[in-house]
Amino acid sequence: MDAIEVRGLERAFGDEVKAVRGIDLDVAEGEIYAFLGPNGAGKTTTVRMLTTLLRPTGGTAKVAGHDVVSEASEVRKSIGVALQEAALDPLMTGRELIRLQATLHGLSRAEGEKRAEELLDRVDIMYAADRRVGTYSGGMKRRLDLASALVHQPRVLFLDEPTTGLDPVSRKAIWEEVQALNDDGATIFLTTQYLEEADQLADRVGIIAGGLLVAEDTPTALKAEIGTAHLEIAICDGELERAQEVVAALGKPLPSKDGLLMLELSGGASGVAPVVRALDDAGLAVEGLDLVEPTLDDVFVQKTGYHLEGDDEEATAEAEPVPAES
Amino acid sequence: MAPIIIFPTLLLAVQTGGASGAVNLPGFPEVNGFLDFMLAGAMIQSCLLAGNSGGIALAVDIEMGFTDRLLAAPISRFAMVLGRLAGTAALGAFSAVYYIVLGLIFGAQIEEGVLGIVLMIVFVTLSAVAFGGIGAAIAIRSGSASVVQGLFPLVFVILFLSSAFFPYELMQEPAASIAEYNPVSLIVEGVRDPVISTLTGEDALKAFISIIGIIVLSLGLSAGALRHRLRTGG
Repeated sequence: MDAIEVRGLERAFGDEVKAVRGIDLDVAEGEIYAFLGPNGAGKTTTVRMLTTLLRPTGGTAKVAGHDVVSEASEVRKSIGVALQEAALDPLMTGRELIRLQATLHGLSRAEGEKRAEELLDRVDIMYAADRRVGTYSGGMKRRLDLASALVHQPRVLFLDEPTTGLDPVSRKAIWEEVQALNDDGATIFLTTQYLEEADQLADRVGIIAGGLLVAEDTPTALKAEIGTAHLEIAICDGELERAQEVVAALGKPLPSKDGLLMLELSGGASGVAPVVRALDDAGLAVEGLDLVEPTLDDVFVQKTGYHLEGDDEEATAEAEPVPAES
Repeated sequence: MAPIIIFPTLLLAVQTGGASGAVNLPGFPEVNGFLDFMLAGAMIQSCLLAGNSGGIALAVDIEMGFTDRLLAAPISRFAMVLGRLAGTAALGAFSAVYYIVLGLIFGAQIEEGVLGIVLMIVFVTLSAVAFGGIGAAIAIRSGSASVVQGLFPLVFVILFLSSAFFPYELMQEPAASIAEYNPVSLIVEGVRDPVISTLTGEDALKAFISIIGIIVLSLGLSAGALRHRLRTGG
């Protein structure tokens, strides 16, 4: 049985706004599934439906084998949730928050105390356990939020943009913790707008844009869809055309960009040396060389027509995605 | 805590000190002193402010996402409202005890004695739940602390158009008619009755029915608002 099964999931707000427009997906037990997309793509709306915080307006979804509408209470017993903005009461201490979460999940006072000790230690904030949450840094709040989501040892963990707004060190600490949780057997469904996060953590990635799932596979397979690595070579002035002729047989020539010689290499990095040797033998000076591997951003561009990172103006829900092929 | 104690206490002090001669007006209820008359009004004012403050706190929880944490837990979702109302009830009980002690220190007499004190505490506690329920319903429906806070002046409109601080029989129309049928008047008179006279069942019954009516109405509105929020997401 899959940990998450979604069929035709939809969510409309009024007659005009369709935040999620019919999503199908399956997440296997023990998998890390990353939902990748820009702000307004429908990631959080999907998570809110899967965590029973919002009713779908169409389709069905099962989490841990339970329907999110008709068996919402059973779903809530099986899941841990850390939402986009760490919703922590600034007047509570970290320990109090974990104990509150334990009480909400029906643990006894003694069990709650024990879990608080274990979890605060696990996320490395024991030193601040009795400090008010309002004094915590952003990274500490996220780690505390993560710890509170784990208090009842959930089968499925939902993390909505767990590292948004964090510095690189805090982000890496969260990644390590997520990976460790997965190693312990937890199924993890995380949303992110960071390509690197999806690439590093996820077993599979679903790309969502404009409320539609436009691509879904392992990061490696998605990148392979785009093509193989290509070389970007800076040649001395006036020699670009001759250089293109020299290397034409060593790869697939691509249109030059910014005066650079572009060449797709079917053999990846192993194809670099023959190209350099051929140019050298022809007496052409190489001023610079870069082997560019396909990225999830390339996949994103191909599927949606815009960049995920560094292109916020375009990355909106209004952008029309290319529907996923069935 | 401060808003529900300090402000009504100051108003009580100012009115008792500056308008105590009102007891000599023809038609004013027979009382031992103006403070005796005013105590119930201060308590209910405190309850109204507690209800408003509770609503603001709940709306802040919604705004910051803390209620999502509760809604994602395997507990009854209405427990989120009931928990908040339990806190407001505790404030109401504290407020009742505080004003009774304050009144006794400054010379008020509780005509009905211990039974009257117990009845006052019960009525004021339940009133806090009733007004807290209204605050909760508005908070859940709007999800905005500023909306709930914006209703703060209404507390005073409701209070001054009731017999909380002045007998409605001595008001001018249309205020007199509004105050006569204002449920807050019925509640205040039920709380005031044990202070200024021996207990009359009629006033107590009217107060009790008014309080229960508001509780039922406000909890119904809160439940409806919560269902709407979960269905529509806002």
